[in-house]
This record gives sequence, C-alpha cells and structure tokens, in this order.
Amino acid sequence: MSAGNLTRRKIYDRASRVVFLLATLLGVAALGILLYRILSDGLGWLDWQFISSFASRFPEKAGILSALFGSLWIIGITAPVAFILGIGTALYLEEYAKKGWFTNLIQVNINNLAGVPSIVFGILGLGLFVEGFLFGRTILSGALTMALLVLPIIVVASQEAIRSVPQHLRNASYALGASKWQTIRGVVIPAAFPSILTGFILALSRAIGETAPLIVVGAVTFIAFVPSSPLDQFTVLPIQIYSWTSKPQDEFRAIAAAGIIVLLIVLFTLNATAVYLRNKYQKRY
Amino acid sequence: MSIIEVRDLNLYYGQHQALHNINMEIEANSITAFIGPSGCGKSTFLRTLNRMNDMIQGVRIDGSVKVVGEDIYESRVDVEILRKNIGMVFQQPNPFPKSIYENITFGPRLHGITDRNKLDEIVESSLKAAALWGEVKDVLKKPAYGLSGGQQQRLCIARALAVNPQILLMDEPTSALDPISTAKIEELLDELKTTYTIVIVTHNMQQAARISDKTAFFLNGELVEFDSTPVIFQNPCDKRTEDYITGRFG
Amino acid sequence: MIEITPLFPLSARGKGMFTLGRQEILTLNQEVRSKKSQIVVKNEKKNREFGIRTFLIACAFVSVLTTVGIVMVLLFETISFFKEVSLFSFLTDTKWTPLFIPQHFGILPLLSGSLLITLGACLVALPFGLMTAIYLSEYAHEKVRRTIKPILEVLAGVPTIVYGYFALTFVTPLIRSIFPDTGVFNALSASIVVGIMILPMVASLSEDAMVAVPRSLRDAAYALGATKLEVATKVVVPAGLSGIISSFVLACSRAIGETMIVTIAAGATPKLTLNPLESIQTMTSFIVQVSGGDIEHGSIEYSTIFAVGMTLFLLTLGINIIAQWITRRYKEEY
Repeated sequence: MSAGNLTRRKIYDRASRVVFLLATLLGVAALGILLYRILSDGLGWLDWQFISSFASRFPEKAGILSALFGSLWIIGITAPVAFILGIGTALYLEEYAKKGWFTNLIQVNINNLAGVPSIVFGILGLGLFVEGFLFGRTILSGALTMALLVLPIIVVASQEAIRSVPQHLRNASYALGASKWQTIRGVVIPAAFPSILTGFILALSRAIGETAPLIVVGAVTFIAFVPSSPLDQFTVLPIQIYSWTSKPQDEFRAIAAAGIIVLLIVLFTLNATAVYLRNKYQKRY
Repeated sequence: MSIIEVRDLNLYYGQHQALHNINMEIEANSITAFIGPSGCGKSTFLRTLNRMNDMIQGVRIDGSVKVVGEDIYESRVDVEILRKNIGMVFQQPNPFPKSIYENITFGPRLHGITDRNKLDEIVESSLKAAALWGEVKDVLKKPAYGLSGGQQQRLCIARALAVNPQILLMDEPTSALDPISTAKIEELLDELKTTYTIVIVTHNMQQAARISDKTAFFLNGELVEFDSTPVIFQNPCDKRTEDYITGRFG
Repeated sequence: MIEITPLFPLSARGKGMFTLGRQEILTLNQEVRSKKSQIVVKNEKKNREFGIRTFLIACAFVSVLTTVGIVMVLLFETISFFKEVSLFSFLTDTKWTPLFIPQHFGILPLLSGSLLITLGACLVALPFGLMTAIYLSEYAHEKVRRTIKPILEVLAGVPTIVYGYFALTFVTPLIRSIFPDTGVFNALSASIVVGIMILPMVASLSEDAMVAVPRSLRDAAYALGATKLEVATKVVVPAGLSGIISSFVLACSRAIGETMIVTIAAGATPKLTLNPLESIQTMTSFIVQVSGGDIEHGSIEYSTIFAVGMTLFLLTLGINIIAQWITRRYKEEY
C-alpha cells in the first residue's frame, strides 16, 4: 500500500465527516428557517383580538375563534374513540390473540392502514360517515374520520408498550389467582400506561395538524359561530390557515402565519407533555 | 396425609413429551424439594400443580392431579380460585411496579377485600409471616423496587401469603439471591411449613438437604426417585440418583 | 365476586400464626376438604371475561372494517365512474379536464404530477436523509446525537399545512429569484419541501437499521485498518441495506400521498410534463380541489374523486407491500 493512497483515504475520511455533518445540519437549518419565517411573518398579528374573533373578509378583523373551537371539538371526540379502539385492539393482539390467520390478518391490515395516505381516509369519511350514515358535513363525521386515521399509530405504539411489560409480572399476578382481565387491568395496563400515553399524545398531535382529510369530509372555511353540538358544521385550525394561505393578499398570508403560531404552540405543548411523560416514567423493571 | 396426589401424569409440548408418567403424593405441612439437572422437567412439573402451564400454547396434559381430593384439571375447576389456594414464588423476584403496600394488597383486592382495616391487617400479618415487617413497616408506601433483591423476594413470598393459600410452590426462589438473603429465606421456609405445605424446586442440592423433609429427583422428564430427604442423600436406591448426588453429572 | 375463605381466621394469623399446632392445622385442612366446591367455576366471572374478550375482538375488528370500508367506498363510486369513462381512456388519455368542456379523463397528467413531486422529493430526502443517518449512527458523539434527534422529531411533527405555507412564502420566492420565469405555483418548490418533510423519516428509519448492525462487524473492519468512512460505507450501510431501502420506499409512498404542500405550492394545472418549474397537479391536490368546490354529488365530476382516490390507494398499497416484502425478504440475521 502506497503512502499516497493512505493519505488520500485519510483526506476522504476527514472530508466525509464534514459532508455528513453539513447534510445533517440541513434538516436543522430547515427547521430554523421555517420557524424564523413564521414568527417574523405572524407574530405582529398575534393578539387577543386574533384569538377571540371569528373569520372575516377584512384581515385586521379576522380571528381564529371558530377554528380553535372546531379543533377542540374534533379532538374531544377523536381522542376517546381512538383511545378505546386503539388500546382495545392492542390488548387483543398482544394478550388474547392466538397465532393464526385471523391475528395475522389484523396485524398486516394495521401495518398497511398506517401507510394509507391521509386523504384516502378523507374519502372514506366522505363515503361512509357523511353520505353512508348521513351524518353530513359535521364535526361528528370529521372526528370519526380522524379517529380511524390515527388508530394504527395508537395501536402500534400500545402494542410495543404492552409487549415491553415483562412476562414475570403477569405470572406473579396469575399465581395470585388473578383472572386474565384482572391481570391486564391490574398489572399490564398500569405498567404500560406511560408509553401508551406517549404514543397516544403523538397520535393526537397528528390529528390536530391534519388538513386534507377534513377538507374532503367537508369542513368549511368560513364559520362565524362557535359549534355547540357534534352535528354542527365546523372548521379547524389547519383549514383556516389553508384558506388564508391560498388568498393572494399579503395580509392574509400574515394572519395565516399567526394561525400557524397558535397551531404550533398547541402541538409543541402536547409534544413536550409526551416527552415529559416518557422521561418521568422511564422503564422501572 | 397427602394434600397433593399426582397419578400417571404426562405432559407434552406439541410433539415433545416433557414429563413421563409421574406419580407422587405430597404431604401437608412438609417441605418437598424437587432436584435434578436443568431441563429435567422439575419446574414444568411444579407449574402443573397450579396450572401455570395453561398459559403456554401447545401444552397438553393427561393423568390426574388432585389437590385436597379435587382433580384440578377437571373443566369445572376455577383456575383463579385454584391459584389463590396454591401460592407461587418465582425464580426472579418479581414485585409489581407499585408500592410495597399495593403489592401485598393486590391479591386480596382481586378476591374482593376492600375494607381498609382488613387490608392493613393482611399487610401486617403477611409481612410478619415473611419476616419482612420490621424492615419495611415505615416505608410501606414506597416503591417495591427500592428494596434489595432478598427483600424483594421475601415481599413476593408475603404477597403470595396474603391471599391465604394452603400450598406454596417455589421455583428456585433463592437462585438469584446472595448467600445471606438465601439463609434468611431458608430460615423462613422452616417456620412457614408449620402452616403451609411447601414444594420447592432447587438447583442447589445442599439447600434441598438442609430444608426439605422429602426430596424428588427428576431426570429427563421422569421422576427417578422420591423419598425422605435423608434417604435420598445418604442411601439412594437408584444408581442415577447416586451419580447425581455425588456430582458425577449435572 | 369470589370470597376469600378464611382458612386461618385473620385475627389468629395476626397474633400467632406460627403457634398453631399440627393437630389444629390438620383440622383446618379438613375444613378445606369439606369445601371442595370452592374451586368450582363461577359463571358470573366467566361471563365477564367472555364479555371483555368479545369487546376487544370487536375493537380489533374495527381496523379490518376500516380497510373494507375504504375499498368498498372507493369501489362503489369508481364503478359508476367507469360506467361513463372507459378504463382504456382513463389510462391512456393525456388530458385531465373533468371540470370543463371538453371533458377528458386521462389519469396520466395527475400521475405524472405525483411522480414528478415524488422524484424531486426523493432527490432531496434520500441522499440527505441517508447522510444524516450515517452521521448520527457512526460519527456523532452521544451528546450531539441527543440534540439532533429531537430536532428531527420536531421536524417530522410539523403539520403539512405549515410546510405548505413555507413552500409558498419562502421557497417559491427563492426559486423565482434564481429562475425568474418560474410561475408562482411550480413543482420544484413543492417537491423540495416535500423532500424536507420526509427527510426525518428516512433519517430515523435508516439510522435504526444502522444502529442494529452489531459492534463486532465494525470492530472487524477497524481491525483491518479501515477508516471511519470505509467502515460506514462498506460495512454498516451494506449490512443495514434492507432497512435503509425499505425506509426509502416508505418515504416515496409518503411523498405520493402528500397533499397540502402540493395543493398550496404546486398549483392546479394537470399537465403531462417533466419541467419542475411549471405548475402541475397531483392526484391528491385534485381530490382537494374537487371536494373543496361545489360539485354536485352523484355527478361524473364527483365520482372522479373516487377513481383518483382508488388509483392513489392502489399505488401506495403496492409500494407499502413492496417495502414490507423487502424488510422480510432481506431481513439481516446477525
């Protein structure tokens, strides 16, 4: 091996470190620029009037009140439905299901559902809830669509959490004469709960940020009231932002940025909660 | 009198037969030790006595196991009540990730005891019975994971006693513990046998010799010899038992 | 409810359970004998266990019904669509103009739009994602790793509507300052931003695959005098290849299904073109365009949503199945 060859290899090696680091920093830089742009565009418009007003044709009067309540309504229904279905499915798959074609079918099906584009769930919601069940273009239709959309995420996260509960804890419970459900409720769920909760919160933040399926299901962009029942029409934060972004005037773009700031604050709060829970309840067995 | 009677017991994992034609009678208020090399079926046999093998897919059993005269493999038997009456302690200390108090009360609560005073009483008596009360009485609300390995194992014993069993099955309960903790638990077993029937699987022959009244030697899924402990260790009938006792294999 | 049978009365236990004589214990055990029936099945409890089990199966079944629902809903309207439009012209016509006369129903322009975006996104995300993964798994100190990974997680959690805003108000003006002829809506801006959006996914899945490569393989290469770069590119990447490729494929599938970024930044002009500076339309943004408008339900225009949705569904399903197949087929055994 010649000395020149070795030198060249060493130069490549040094250079590679720099190149890979720069590539890594691209993602970091993208996030930085994105946040900077949004803050500098929108911060000036973010005030109490913006939070407490309805949508308007005039940018200086426009606000996100109905969108904020719409998002709350959607999450308020999506969360319990997706939570029960998701944990139920995960418990069935991990604790009850015997190996076989049926279990396999459900598992493969969940993995595939996780890869279905969100807009296709929108079409499902349109065909099934809006027109099939005649719920119409309402909060209920939107929330149920969202629940199905985030279901695979919750199932997969809960499955991992349940699987990580050691078998010897279950054995201890059975040996005390606990039935299967008593063991699950008394031992498995408490031990897996922090991880389940983390996955659940992340799934909810996905639901809060989703736009496309709700457009298809039929959220409206201009609503000047606070919804009072699940069968009301609605809009949500991302859709309100979308409608402002697609307007040509610069002022509307700026309030879109202000709306994004509100949306991101909500999401970061949720994510921070998830991270906090994960760190607080690190595995203890 | 015998509290457990096993007749012609065979156990299969799918195609593989793990236990061959076991017959055994275990007396009440005694300590019976199962010894034998790893994989000889002693733990598997122990787990047939409270039907813990039910949880493993593909396990099949024939023959009969009678506990206080009742065949526990009959379909009308309630497995949960059976297991309440036959406590089990495992190789690894396995307290729940809960407080000491909640660990003990887990079982009684399962079986419908909710009265606070009664639960307090059970916690105290169980911990006393497991010789742990003095060490933990001031930290009952602390997580069980804060205890040492030996304390955790005694907590598991206390937890098993809290549902008031008649029989206590122990699957190598001291193999994960240091010698001092082991000695404490052996001492405890000697006290407990006045009240409970104890069946213990051990990999440690000295332990079997020290604490048990009767000893069963298993090899390749067969019960080779079952007799009073002095006989097994000093005057075994079977050549294979003698070879194992004297350390020629295993 | 199961009763604890007070074999040893609790008061007696508390005081001196070890003082019970042998005779007393035998009597107590006698008492057990007389209570044989205590270990016999209680129906109430069995019913509860059965009920819970049934409920959980029902939960699990919802996910199956979801898939069935998707297929049924898509199929139902797609069939009525193909009653009016022949499959042949759907697949071969080069124009997509269902909303004005003369109507054309050729999926190719939408398909090419989706593929153009995906191609562009992959050109950004795959190399940069892979390099990020290599850096994090092979080069970075633990401290750096622990800083950058959460940042990437945040990037992955940013809603697509925010990326859409970013594409339109930042990336597009940037492109237009370099290529002044570019339209306000163009494929390039959208595909770069879709690329940024899927980058964290490529990085994190590829990194998982590389972290799983055992230390001993790396040590073997180092012991032969390999540099870090050589270990990374000649040992770790090949060893983790199936995971890396499946991350690529999954990222492509995400890019095809991405909706809001392209709706906002790429325009609404179905066009069979490879020029990234032009305005195009993807399958997803067409669906948004139609469902956001006032199209009469039951009309042929309305059923286009479902035909396009079906195409999108089948395409992404196919890709996801390929990804799973790669993962299974080339699963590394260490």
